[in-house]
Amino acid sequence: MNYLVTDNTAGALRLEEIPEIAYADFYDLLDGWLADPRYHVAHYFALPSGDRMRFYCLVLDDAEGRVLVTSHAMDYYDDTALPSLTARHPQLHPFEREIAEHYGIRFDGQPWPKPLRFSFDRYDRRSSIDNYPFYTMSGGSLHEVNVGPIHAGIIEPGAFRFICNGEQVLHLEIALGYQHRGVEAAFAATENRLRQMCLAEAVAGDSAVAHATAFAEAIEKLTGRERPAQLDRERAVALELERMAMQIADTGALSMDTGYQLGQVACEALRTMTINTTQAWCGNRFGKGLIRPHGTDHPLTAERSAMIRKNVAEIARRYDEVRRDIESSPSLLARFEQCGVVPHEEMRRIGGVGQAARASALARDIRASHPWGSYGKCLHHTPVVEETGDVMARLTVRSREVAQSAHYIDRLLEIYEQKYGKLENPCGEPDYTTSLTPSSLSFGLVEGWRGETCHVVVTDAEGRLAACRIKDPSLHNWLALALAVRGEGISDFPICNKSFNLSYCGHDL
Amino acid sequence: MALLNTLLLLLAALCIPGLINRTRALLAGRKGIRFAQHLYDVGLLLRKGAVYSPTTSVLFRMAPSVILATSLLAMLFIPVGDLRPLVSFEGDLVAFAYLLALGRGALILAAMDTGSSFEGMGASREALYGALVEPALMLTFGTLALLSGHTSFASIFEADATGDAKLLIVLLLAAYVLTKIVFTESGRVPVDDPRTHLELTMIHEVMCLDYCGVDLAYIKMSVWLKSAALSMLAADAVAAAVCPRWWFAAPLAVLLTGLSVGIVESTQARNKLVRNTTFILTITALAALIFFTGYLLRLNIGLQ
Repeated sequence: MNYLVTDNTAGALRLEEIPEIAYADFYDLLDGWLADPRYHVAHYFALPSGDRMRFYCLVLDDAEGRVLVTSHAMDYYDDTALPSLTARHPQLHPFEREIAEHYGIRFDGQPWPKPLRFSFDRYDRRSSIDNYPFYTMSGGSLHEVNVGPIHAGIIEPGAFRFICNGEQVLHLEIALGYQHRGVEAAFAATENRLRQMCLAEAVAGDSAVAHATAFAEAIEKLTGRERPAQLDRERAVALELERMAMQIADTGALSMDTGYQLGQVACEALRTMTINTTQAWCGNRFGKGLIRPHGTDHPLTAERSAMIRKNVAEIARRYDEVRRDIESSPSLLARFEQCGVVPHEEMRRIGGVGQAARASALARDIRASHPWGSYGKCLHHTPVVEETGDVMARLTVRSREVAQSAHYIDRLLEIYEQKYGKLENPCGEPDYTTSLTPSSLSFGLVEGWRGETCHVVVTDAEGRLAACRIKDPSLHNWLALALAVRGEGISDFPICNKSFNLSYCGHDL
Repeated sequence: MALLNTLLLLLAALCIPGLINRTRALLAGRKGIRFAQHLYDVGLLLRKGAVYSPTTSVLFRMAPSVILATSLLAMLFIPVGDLRPLVSFEGDLVAFAYLLALGRGALILAAMDTGSSFEGMGASREALYGALVEPALMLTFGTLALLSGHTSFASIFEADATGDAKLLIVLLLAAYVLTKIVFTESGRVPVDDPRTHLELTMIHEVMCLDYCGVDLAYIKMSVWLKSAALSMLAADAVAAAVCPRWWFAAPLAVLLTGLSVGIVESTQARNKLVRNTTFILTITALAALIFFTGYLLRLNIGLQ
C-alpha cells in the first residue's frame, strides 16, 4: 500500500504507519489521483528530522470522505532536483514553492518557480524583493500598474501588478509574503498549550474560530481523549456565527465598492449585530477564547442560547431583505453579473476551495465531504453551489450560506437546549495538560467561512509538538483572483477582490 | 443686482455639497456630518502648506489655480432667474463651455505630470468622458440659443421667460439634460464615486491624489463652483418655463442637485466603467433630440 487511508474523525497517525515511498511512485500516485476531480491536495509539506527530510502529503477524496496520507523522503543534504508535479497539476504550485524556499529543495521543470513568502533564493544570492521575478510583457500599447505592497487603506501588505491594455487587464500577478510572522515556528517554540491555542486564533484574525477549531481538533486527536458531543455543537454554533458575520460583512463590502450605500449600511449594522452576539457569548467579538481543547470556558447557558437564537433569527430576517434588494437592483446586477468569471475547469485545476470554488460549480465543502463533530450527525449539510463563477455567483453563495448557517445555529441550539439546557457546564473545563501521543501526525480539517482550513500537528518522540503546519484556504484561492480579473476592466478589480475576500496573513504565515 | 447674482451663485456652491451629505445621511439612517463640514474641511486645507513631488513640473503647480480661476470665471456668466450676471456678452455660452474644458485640460496635464500610473488612468478616463459630455453641453446650449435667438446666458433666459407654453416642454427637458450633466461633470454616482477609496476605480479623485493642502482646497472649491454653475443653468431653464424669478431659481438649483445627487448616491450603484460611455452618450442623444424638437418648434413658430 502506497498510502494510508483515514478520515476526518479518526485519531492521530503514528509516523511510522505512514508509508514512505520513492518519489517516482509518489509522483505517479499523485498524478493519477489529481487527474480525477474528486481528489485535491489539502496539504503538502516537508519536515526535517535528523538528517532526513520527509515530505508529507494529505489528499482529500471528496466522493468517499477519505483522507489519504502518503509521504516520501530524501537525505537532508541531497540536492537532486525532484520532477515537479506543478506542471501537470497547478494546484501543487504554492506547496512546491514553499518547500523549495524553506528547505532549498529544487523542483525540476516547475513552470513558474518564484518565491512564495521569502524573496531570497539560496541558489541566487542576488535575489531580493527588488528583483522579484514579476511576469512581464512588452508592447507599445501595454502598460503596467503596480498597486502595493503598502496598502492605501489599513489592511495588510500585498503587491498587485497588472499588465493592462488600456483599461483591460491582460494579466495580474499577486506577490504576497511581506509579513514574516513566523507563526508556524511560534507553535513549536512553546510547550504551553493555552499559548498555542491563542496563536491558532491569531493565524488569521477574521477566521479565529475556524483556525482555533482546526488546531483544537488536531490536538484532541493527539491526546486520544474522547470529546463530549455537546462541545461539538458549541463549536459548530461558533463556526456558523463566524460564517454569518463574515458573509454579511462581505456583502456590505461589495455594496460599498459599487457605491451602493443602502446595502453597505444595512450589512454593516447586521454584521455588528452578529459579532456582538458572539461577544455576548464569550466576551470577544471574533470568538477568541471560545475554542479550547476538550472543554470550554464559556459554556452555553439557557439564557445565552436563547439570546443567540433570537438575534440570529432577527439577523437572518433582515439580511434576507437586503439580499432581495440587491438581487432586484438592476444597477448592482449590471456590476456583478458576468464580472470576474472563474470557469469551473480552471478552479478545479488550481485546487480552489471554499465558497469561491462553490461559486464556480465546484462543490468542495468539508462539512459535507469530510464531516466532523456535529456535521454529519445532527446536521446533514448540502453545499451551496452556483454555476456561473462570477461575482454575482460568489455573492449568491454568501447570501444563501447566511440563511443556511442561521438555520443550523437554530437547530443546533434547539437540540442543545433540550439536552443540556439545565446543566451548568456540560462540556467541562478545558484541558491543557494531557500529554500528546509521541511520534504522531494528526490533522484538523475544518470548513471555515473562507473554505477548507487545515492544521497538521506532528509530535516528536517525547510527545512534544514538533511542528504545526497551517494551510489557510487563501493559499489556493489567491490564484483564482488573478484568473478572475483577466480580461476584465481594471476598475472592476476591487469588486472581484472583495468577492473573494482572501486573507493576507493566512497566506503570510 | 449683479453682485446679488454672484453672491447667490456662491451661496449655492457652498450649500449643494452640504445638502448632498444631509440627504445621504438621512437615507442611510445616520445622523451624518454637520451641514457645513465640507467648509471646515476646506478651511483646514487652506491653512495648510503644500508638498510637491520632485518628479512634477510647473504644470502640476499651476493646475489648481487654473481650475479655480476658470470655474470662477465661468460661473460669473450665469444669471440667477431674472438677475443680471456680472459678466455677459454675446457668445458667452461658448466661452463658458471652453473655460470648463480649459480647467479640465489643466487638471489632466497635471495628473499626467506626476508620472503615476493611477493618475494616468484617471486622466485618460477624464479626457474620454470630458470629450463625450461636451457635445451634450453644446447641444443643450444650442437649443437654448436657438429658441431665444441669443448667445449669451443673460439674454437667453430673459427671452425664454416669455411664458410660451410650447417652450415649456423643451426647457424642462433641457433642465433634465443639464442635471444629468451635473452628475457627470461633478464626478458623482453613477459616473464616478467621490467617496471611494479604491484608486483603480476613481476618475476625478485619482487625479487629485498628489495634491494636498491649499492646492487640494482649490480643486475642491472649483468642483463646487462648477456644479453650482451647471445646476443654476438647469434651475434657470425650469424657472424660465415656470417662474422666472431669482428667489425661485436660486433655491431650486440647490434642491435640484442636492436632492437628486443625494438620492441617486444612496439608492443606486455606480456604473461599470465601460458603461459610463453609454450613459454619457445617452445624455448626448437626448440633447440632440431636444435640439431637433426645439428646431422644429421654431420652424412652426416661424410659419405662424
